[in-house]
Order: sequence, then structure tokens, then C-alpha cells
Amino acid sequence: MLDDFLVRAALAGLGVAIAAAPLGCFVIWRRMAYFGEATAHAAVLGVALALALSLPLVPMILLAALAMASCVTLLTGRGYAVDTVLGVTAHTALAAGLVAVSLLADVRLDLMSFLFGDILAVGRMDLLTIWGGVLMVLGLTFWRWSPLLMATLNPDLARASGIDPRREELGLTLALALVVAVAIKVVGVLLITALLVIPAAAARPLVRTPEAMAVVAGLIGACSALGGLWAAFILDAPTGPSIVCAAAVIFSITTVFGALTRR
Amino acid sequence: MNAAASPVIEAQHVSIRLDGRMVLQDVSVAIQPGEIVTIVGPNGSGKSSFLKALIGAVALERGEIRRAPGLRIGYVPQKLAIDASLPLTVLRFLALPRNPGRARLQEALEAAEVADLGNRQMTDLSGGQLQRVLLARALLERPQLLLLDEATQGLDQPGSAAFYQRIADVREELGCAVVMVSHDLHVVMAASDRVLCMNGHICCQGAPEIVASAPEYRALFGTGTQGALALYRHQHSHSHDHVHENGHHGHDHPHDHDHHHHESKR
Repeated sequence: MLDDFLVRAALAGLGVAIAAAPLGCFVIWRRMAYFGEATAHAAVLGVALALALSLPLVPMILLAALAMASCVTLLTGRGYAVDTVLGVTAHTALAAGLVAVSLLADVRLDLMSFLFGDILAVGRMDLLTIWGGVLMVLGLTFWRWSPLLMATLNPDLARASGIDPRREELGLTLALALVVAVAIKVVGVLLITALLVIPAAAARPLVRTPEAMAVVAGLIGACSALGGLWAAFILDAPTGPSIVCAAAVIFSITTVFGALTRR
Repeated sequence: MNAAASPVIEAQHVSIRLDGRMVLQDVSVAIQPGEIVTIVGPNGSGKSSFLKALIGAVALERGEIRRAPGLRIGYVPQKLAIDASLPLTVLRFLALPRNPGRARLQEALEAAEVADLGNRQMTDLSGGQLQRVLLARALLERPQLLLLDEATQGLDQPGSAAFYQRIADVREELGCAVVMVSHDLHVVMAASDRVLCMNGHICCQGAPEIVASAPEYRALFGTGTQGALALYRHQHSHSHDHVHENGHHGHDHPHDHDHHHHESKR
């Protein structure tokens, strides 16, 4: 069954969508969509680093994403607004990564596959890596769910309940970096944030508790992955963008539904 | 000091630095079981930082905070801004991070007089309802120490008077010590056993009447507040607008003293 490239693609898409959805909820609750973007862009630097040093790809991407996250945390609160810091670092990472990759002249590299993903080229080893990362992210999210939610609501209330909000935020950053590292093959650097944010936002009008939002976002993400893959196959369109478009269609439907049922 | 009177929490020579600025210097306070202590002071005087230091949310530059072993603290924050993208019912909010069971949740909601709000969304609550829910949350663990940081911000005068009456009742029921930071000087001071006047350090402290007539307090708040306190206590009825005029209030809600009497008689 795994011999079929479409089956492998579907499994890869499903895994990433299911892991990204609950994290995406935190991304929009904490208003850190741009933070996700910066972490994702740093992945290009990780790719360049891996190619230059002939090191494995996924750990290097993870490293670059984590370095970016700590860089943003350090710079924030030193005279620049958060969105300024993120605007500078995200685009610098992307630009520097692209320059670095192009300077590695001896490497023949399909840059587009890193920017927009290449889900149809997912091999057995890739699938193993992706699902390993997915299970780690899901485990981390499930384990830290309540304290992270508490820290998201109010850091001081979290302290009063014996929770260290900075530790929980570190866990969230780690999970985000992991998702970036495994999602790059599926949707590419430029659209990872979309996979985090859109399913979670699409789930919002349908739910009344945070847990329901995470589950529904996971379902929507899964539908988007399969629907997008199918549409890409039918229309002969790029798969990553098709998956994001499918998620956007679901978002429009639930938003209209939410607006109609609210009254 | 004998064991029965040992404080629930004690700050010893505490100094706090925030963003490079010393906001509090050499503050020593011991909170005894069951007493209501109010901290008053102008904006930026370090009141909220001190409260956050008591729950351990702010690092100390110097000094130490000693808690009674196993101390249960209930904390009501100044405000709680929940993003509209976060769906959360009141009951789910109270059950975070540990669910103590439906019965306990309902009991806490009843203690805060918002028994019927359990299934409402947090973002749909009015300011007064949200404060009550935050109080319910703080009462959930049956605290020995209740900390309130300007808990009546955004409530009108009858609303905050009712809220403080509830706090006084809670103290009677639970026997917990209460430390609150407030701007509503005349309401709060009358309900307090002890008042700390803070402005980067402790300017003066003692029973409300004593603090209100202390020169350090008058230097910070003028004499108008003392008048308002007297008004509250003796229930005279005459205009007292100069509490506003001396400019130490950050609020703009009306101070309806007539209504105020009404509340205090109940």
C-alpha cells in the first residue's frame, strides 16, 4: 500500500494537518501567527546549513527554527515592537536562506520544492520522519494542554496556580519548530503558517470549548489535506497550495455558517 | 511571636526592579490570618508589583517572601483579556488547570453569587460578572490568603461596594486573610482592618482612620479622601467632589455617595 505515492502523500498530509491543528489554536489565541511565520522562514536557513555541511535536513531545520524563536524572544522588549522584530527577522531569514542556498553552486536544488512543498515526492523514510515528528508534537500538546491554556489566558493566574508560564511557552515554541521541520516537505516554508492558522480559525465558529476547537481544527485540517490532494490530482495543480486553498474554502463556509447562526 | 499568630505570608525587606527601574524598596509586611489589608497608593507606586511578588510572578531584587507551609492562595487579577478567538465556558475556565469536580465548581460560583453563569462564554460576560467569576476561581481552592489587584476596576460605585461586601462575607465564611490593592479609597478603607500606604516604599500604615489622618497619606492623596472616609463612616450627606479634583484617581466613573450610604446600611 505504501508503494503508492498517492497513499504516502495522503498519509504525510494527514499527519502534518492533525499535528498542526491544535498548535494552530494556540497560535491564534496568543496572536502569534507572525511568530509561526518567522519560525517557518528560518527553515530555509536550516536547509542551506544542512546542504553546506552535508548534515541531515530535519535536525538542521529544527535547529534553525529554534534559533529563530530564541532570537525573536531576545529582541522583543528591547525598544522594538513585536511585529517589527518579527517583520525584520522573518524576512531576513527567508532572504538570507535563499541567498545561501543559491551560493551553494555545486548543489542542484529544486528551491520551489522547499518553498511550496513536494508532497508527491514523500518517500518511506520521509513518512517515518513526518509521523515521528507528528506523534511527538501531539504528545507534547496533549501533555501540556491545561497548563499551556492557563498560561495563555493569563500568566499571573497561571503563576498563582503553580504554573511557570515561560516553561509552557518554551514547550509551545519547541512544538512549533517540530511542526515546521516536518511540514516543509508537505506544504513548504511559505504556507506552513496557513496550515496552522486556517483550520483553527475555521473551527472557531463551530465550538464552545478550547478542546472542541482543537479536535474540530484537526478534522478540518485532515479534510483539507485529503481534499487538496484530490483537487491537485484532478486539476494537475501544485499540492501544497491546493491543500491551503481547500482549508480556505472550509474557512469561508464555517465563517458564513457562524455569522448566520449567531443571531 | 507565638505559633497561633504566625503570619500567613511575610515580606522581608523586599525590593523589586522592573525594566531597570526600582518600583519598590525595602518593604516588610506580615499578613496575619483573617485580616483584611488594603494597599493604597498612586499609579506606579509598586502596589501591583508587590501583589505579584506575593504570588511569585515577579522576581525579587532583594529580600524574601516567606509563606506559611502549604499556603493556599487565591488571586484575582486586575483584568483578564481573553481573545475572542478562544472559546471558553465559565465552568471550563474554573476547571483549569485542574478540575476539582462539578460540585466544587458550582459551590465556588454560588459563593461568588454567579451560580447561573456556568455555561456562558467568558467573552460574553459583563465587567461585573467577569469579576465575580474571577472571584469564584480564587475561592475554588478554599484559600487561606485572598489577593485582589484592583478587582473593581470598571465597576460602578454600587457594583464595587457590593463586591467588597462580598469579600468581607467571604472572609467571615472562610476565615482567610485578604490583601487588596485599590483605588476606591473610601469604600475599601472602611472595610479594612489595616491600610498600607505605598509609594515606592511603605509611607505609613495602620487602622484606616489613623492612616487617613497621617501626614504622609495626606501628602499623597490630599485631605479630601479623609473627608470622604468620614462621610462614609458617619453617613453625612453633602457634596464631596474634591476627591476627583485632587487628581489622584485614574477613574472617571461617578462617585455616587448617596447610593453608597444605601449599600452600607444593608
